[in-house]
Amino acid sequence: MIFLWAFVVGGVICAIGQIVMDAFRLNQGQVMVALVVAGAVQDGVGLYDPLIKFAGAGASVPITSFGNSLVHGALAEAQAHGWIGILTGIFEVTSAGISAAIVFAFLAAVVAKPRG
Amino acid sequence: MPRIGRHTWKFEHPAYVVSTGTVAGSTESQGPLGGTFDVRIQDDYYGQSSWERAEQKLFEHAVKIAMDKGHCSDAAVDLCIGGDLNAQLTGFFFGLRPFHIPSLGVYSACATITEALAIAAMALDSGFAETVLAGSSSHNGSAERQFRFPTEYGVQKPPSAQRTVTGAGAILLSRKPTQAIRITHATIGEVVDMGVKSPWEMGAAMAPAAFHTIENHLTESGFTLSDFDCIATGDLGKIGHAMVREMLDDAAIPTDSRLTDCGVLIYDFNQPEVFSGGSGGACCSLVTFGHLLNQLASGLWTRLLVCATGALLSTVTVGQSESIPGICHAVVFERV
Repeated sequence: MIFLWAFVVGGVICAIGQIVMDAFRLNQGQVMVALVVAGAVQDGVGLYDPLIKFAGAGASVPITSFGNSLVHGALAEAQAHGWIGILTGIFEVTSAGISAAIVFAFLAAVVAKPRG
Repeated sequence: MPRIGRHTWKFEHPAYVVSTGTVAGSTESQGPLGGTFDVRIQDDYYGQSSWERAEQKLFEHAVKIAMDKGHCSDAAVDLCIGGDLNAQLTGFFFGLRPFHIPSLGVYSACATITEALAIAAMALDSGFAETVLAGSSSHNGSAERQFRFPTEYGVQKPPSAQRTVTGAGAILLSRKPTQAIRITHATIGEVVDMGVKSPWEMGAAMAPAAFHTIENHLTESGFTLSDFDCIATGDLGKIGHAMVREMLDDAAIPTDSRLTDCGVLIYDFNQPEVFSGGSGGACCSLVTFGHLLNQLASGLWTRLLVCATGALLSTVTVGQSESIPGICHAVVFERV
């Protein structure tokens, strides 16, 4: 059943992104930022974790999950170390994803033609 | 007097077409006009390390072909006018590095070629030059980078989008009346902005400019539609072409099959990813120099109006939600 919900929830998040892009004539960067912020806000009010529990990868793979992770790390560190944790915690959970993006971008640039 | 209206010049000494040079990219070469181009390349890198270098090479090659066919060396060319879609006109200027020709870079987006032709004819008419080269280039890869960076998003394009033509076209013009085809008139377009904001709807953004220029040309030159065997807009594509046809019909300038569009002619719509048709600085120059002038040379036609159309957007203006103004300049070619 979780596969079905993963498919539905992940698809709905992507569909919202496409509709926002078409309806408001936004470019890809703007839609991406909007989805990240939406994920961050949802985690701030405690909605995103239940969504991941419900839909698994359907909620954790789309870019909204990145916003969720940013807030998640910041709040966790803030609880452990006080206010400074908001700054140190932002990349706590997301560091693996960011590092992976840098490493794989480098590897792709080695074998592909990054300058066109 | 060469000026016969606010927008239209009639040249006392027409500019005679000596020769043309066309180099077409792989998709364009496989299109219905493939056989009319001087050089058809199979690899869009054209043996270079980047799309930008490929475009410079395309332009260099087109200029060389036009001069060779016209039995003319660069020392005999008094002026070269042209441009491309890259920032700082690098396709044009870098492509001219091997030559020693006084050069002027001009920009009206995809209407650059008719702007260059109008200024070239003016230089010849005034006597400031005896022989002038004009040309333009575009490259699908470099245009994607220039206007749609980062291309890595791999965004799907809607059917109203257009494919930037890969290629370059150059033309050699002379004041000497030794040739059969000449440029007799030019109509300079105004910037027309109807508020279209989507860079995927450039045909719609440019169609009003094409309409205004055609209407101004007919009013000021005294020609009627029946004086032309063909009126070719530059790169409106299917959608923009239908729009300009409707606008002309509404203005009681009924069009028939005489009205065509270089962006529609250059591709077979069964080709992959050609969307609504071709666009780019080379679209109008390839089709005009490769195909349309052949119809004049063969005697099939006697007079042709070429109205290249340009969408004056940049990535910055699109990002700032500005609308896209259009511009259209027209020139008349006729067989003596």
